[in-house]
Amino acid sequence: MASVLALDWGNYWQQSIFRVLGSAVFIILGAGTFVIAFLFKMMSYMQSRLGPMEAGPHGTLQLVAEVGKFLQKEDLVPARADERLFKLAPYIVLASTFLLAVVMPFGPDAYFVNLDTGVFLALALSSISVIGILVAGWASANKYSLIGGLRAAGQLIAYELPMVLAVVGVVIQAGTLNLQGIVAAQHSGEIFGWDGIGNPFILTQLVGFVVFLIATQAELAQTPFDMPIAESEIVTGYMTEYSGMRFLLFFIAEFATAAVFAALAATLFLGGWAVPFVDLDDNVMNVVGPLVLVTKMMLVGTLIFWARFTFPRFREDQLQSFAWKALIPISLVNILATMVLKVAL
Amino acid sequence: MTLTESQQLAYANAQAADGRVNVELETDDGMVLNMGPQHPATHGTLRLIAHLDGEQVTSADVMCGYMHRGYEKLCEVRTYPQVTTLVNRIDWLGSFANEVPFILAAEQLMEVEAPPRAKWIRTILFELSRIANISLFIGDLALQLGAQTPAFLAFRDREFVLNQIESVTGGRFHPNFDRIGGLKDDLPKGWVADTKAAMVRLREFCDLMEGLVYGNEIFQTRTRGIGIIPAKVAESYGLSGANLRGSGVDWDLRRDANIGLAYDDLDWKVWTHPDGDCFARCWVRLQEVREATKIVDQLCDGLPSGPIMAKVPRIIKVPEGEAYIATENPLGAMGYYVVSRGDIGPFRVKIRSASFNNISIAPWLLRGVYVPDIIAILASLYFILGDIDR
Amino acid sequence: MPRPALKIPGLFTGLKITMGIFLKTMFPARGIKTLLPAPTLGAVTVQYPHKSPPEVPAARARGVIALKEENCTVCMLCSRSCPDWCIYIEGHKTKAPPRRPGGKERTVSALDRFDIDYALCMYCGICVEVCPFDALFWSPEFEYSEPRLADLLHDMDRLGEWMETVPDFETYEAGSDAKVRKVPR
Repeated sequence: MASVLALDWGNYWQQSIFRVLGSAVFIILGAGTFVIAFLFKMMSYMQSRLGPMEAGPHGTLQLVAEVGKFLQKEDLVPARADERLFKLAPYIVLASTFLLAVVMPFGPDAYFVNLDTGVFLALALSSISVIGILVAGWASANKYSLIGGLRAAGQLIAYELPMVLAVVGVVIQAGTLNLQGIVAAQHSGEIFGWDGIGNPFILTQLVGFVVFLIATQAELAQTPFDMPIAESEIVTGYMTEYSGMRFLLFFIAEFATAAVFAALAATLFLGGWAVPFVDLDDNVMNVVGPLVLVTKMMLVGTLIFWARFTFPRFREDQLQSFAWKALIPISLVNILATMVLKVAL
Repeated sequence: MTLTESQQLAYANAQAADGRVNVELETDDGMVLNMGPQHPATHGTLRLIAHLDGEQVTSADVMCGYMHRGYEKLCEVRTYPQVTTLVNRIDWLGSFANEVPFILAAEQLMEVEAPPRAKWIRTILFELSRIANISLFIGDLALQLGAQTPAFLAFRDREFVLNQIESVTGGRFHPNFDRIGGLKDDLPKGWVADTKAAMVRLREFCDLMEGLVYGNEIFQTRTRGIGIIPAKVAESYGLSGANLRGSGVDWDLRRDANIGLAYDDLDWKVWTHPDGDCFARCWVRLQEVREATKIVDQLCDGLPSGPIMAKVPRIIKVPEGEAYIATENPLGAMGYYVVSRGDIGPFRVKIRSASFNNISIAPWLLRGVYVPDIIAILASLYFILGDIDR
Repeated sequence: MPRPALKIPGLFTGLKITMGIFLKTMFPARGIKTLLPAPTLGAVTVQYPHKSPPEVPAARARGVIALKEENCTVCMLCSRSCPDWCIYIEGHKTKAPPRRPGGKERTVSALDRFDIDYALCMYCGICVEVCPFDALFWSPEFEYSEPRLADLLHDMDRLGEWMETVPDFETYEAGSDAKVRKVPR
């Protein structure tokens, strides 16, 4: 059975439309699953309550209800806001998420694009959301938004570095920047000579995994790094003036980015769509692969949101000193150790 | 984009209205951030006008009064039972504690003393209101600093205390139970055993909060060394309650003032902390809740039997005179100065509320701190708007 | 001064606590059914009004005030002592037959109107407390919210209907020498 996602059919336009629609589906489904499983249910159960229960069985259709609610709200633009930039900002953030989703591999032939610089592109694309947040903060003509936007700029740029450095360790071990290649390296690799379950990089790059997760938490502006939003201080930071559909775009972007980053972490550290004892090229992996990836995504998502619902938030300067003085040195040492061990062993 | 005539006029009007109502003058000492009456962080309608230089505060002004309900004027035209009802709503989280100093002042004027059983039950309810109030504080403190879960857990475990207050007084939040000469009614059967079980749950809650909030490194970096109040400054600003004890001053009206409650017969401790920072104040409050559960246990064990009400006439006319009684309420020292002209209602009541004095240190304390620290400091000072504004 | 040790464990204790609460809410059953998720049982919240809460309000809970019309002598004490002035009373005096044949005719008051406006009522209970004739009682009923504000004015008949929901006064705790009053039925 030829994989539907193997894009050697159709012309350039058909392929492009398919890629756009496919990644849109992945974004919406990913965001929806994350919102329902973690925000509505996991957070509620951690607080001894039930969460939304009315819409759909056990509240599973709550997101549909929320979309309907947001769609029928008034379209407000503050009087002093820069109207064009104000309206543009959510789309910039969403664009970066869409582009990130395109590079994700789901199976041996199930991918949207297979780039030799997959990881590099993914990390570069994640920085685009900073522009969107800054634009939102400035264009809202609101001092709270401005503070939130500036905090976000500082934080997101600072935490790009640990993320990249953590991934460098993975790249050194895998020997390639290609995401499919990284999955293959984990599937067929060896841990110090033993190849029972391949080499999922979470075992050999545990330090890198932890640093990557912390940096992801900061990139998503989740507690304990949610200074840009900081609900108890600056209302909702850069999103304060956004209501209705525009707020929904930010909301979806936030959770979709969480889903995509969880998928990226699963691909880089947990083995992606591959399962240890099944062949890499097996055609059944084109169907099972996405499911495996989703399961691993949910695992990583559990970690991300578990930390979000438990911890208070850092102050901005503590956040920055944590990134510059703790995470970057640790990841540099990790890279050094990886290089030495890769060459020596 | 071009505006029409009417749009321009509307815009100019809005600007003028802004200039009239807000005191935001964009001066050279930085951006003015108006954390206005509606804000998720201030516990109610408090307005904080902060001049910022980047993320640092150069100066801060506190403007309260948005919730002023005219209590002292209301009390002039109400009878004593009606005033007792009204003052429940000053500090609405620990409502019984508001009634106690007022009733004690009126009893002092009438020269009547409540029987021992009434005194002990009054003390139990006083301590229960302290537990209810401060357990919410702990949850809210974590919420201000970003953790959402402890707030819900605080609400969940506070229910035990509120259920106990409801089974005695009939109201969870507004007991309206204290009367001149004693209490309105006696305890229902089984209440003592239920209360002791509730105290066990509350102690588990304190341990839970210590593990989830106080032991958390992030919480500690946010609160240790922030907002240090030296003891002398605290005393000069008239702080009271845990704010004073968090700066190392050993002052507690339950022990030091001779008021008509049952503390002298019990074995309990006043907690202080020498640091004077946010963590110290929050920690002292946690220990106060633990101590309050122990006090309630002792009170429940040794409850004397007897009447619940002294002999007072049906229509109470308090003789002429003035009395001031201050008690150690959950928020601090709350006092009532009652002036009576021999009528069925007070002539004048002056309410010394704890939060009003506690918040007066905010402009001094908030100089030079970062914006997130404003929230941590205000959360640790712990005020309730109904208490500030009355 | 006791200070918690500033090591990593603090963060992990917090994580353990929240995961513990999550698992307890999700899998509250013990014994055979432990691994079946049953969050509606494990959560402390209740899906009101689909399900009623497990604990009914305490017997003394101040839900609504009930009126025993026969006992009311239109003395107006409750109306006067209400801090909100939410009780509206109108009455008239009539003559009743003498108690013994050949005696004087008695003047009794009869109620024309006794309304309590629950939109204003503070639920303080002063009216119930001052009534010298045992005509007002507290009932823990609380489900009487109305779509229209005017319907919150309960008239005499409606207040009489609440009398059925008034529970008996509870017995007192040991050591009390108060006497339990009786609710006139």
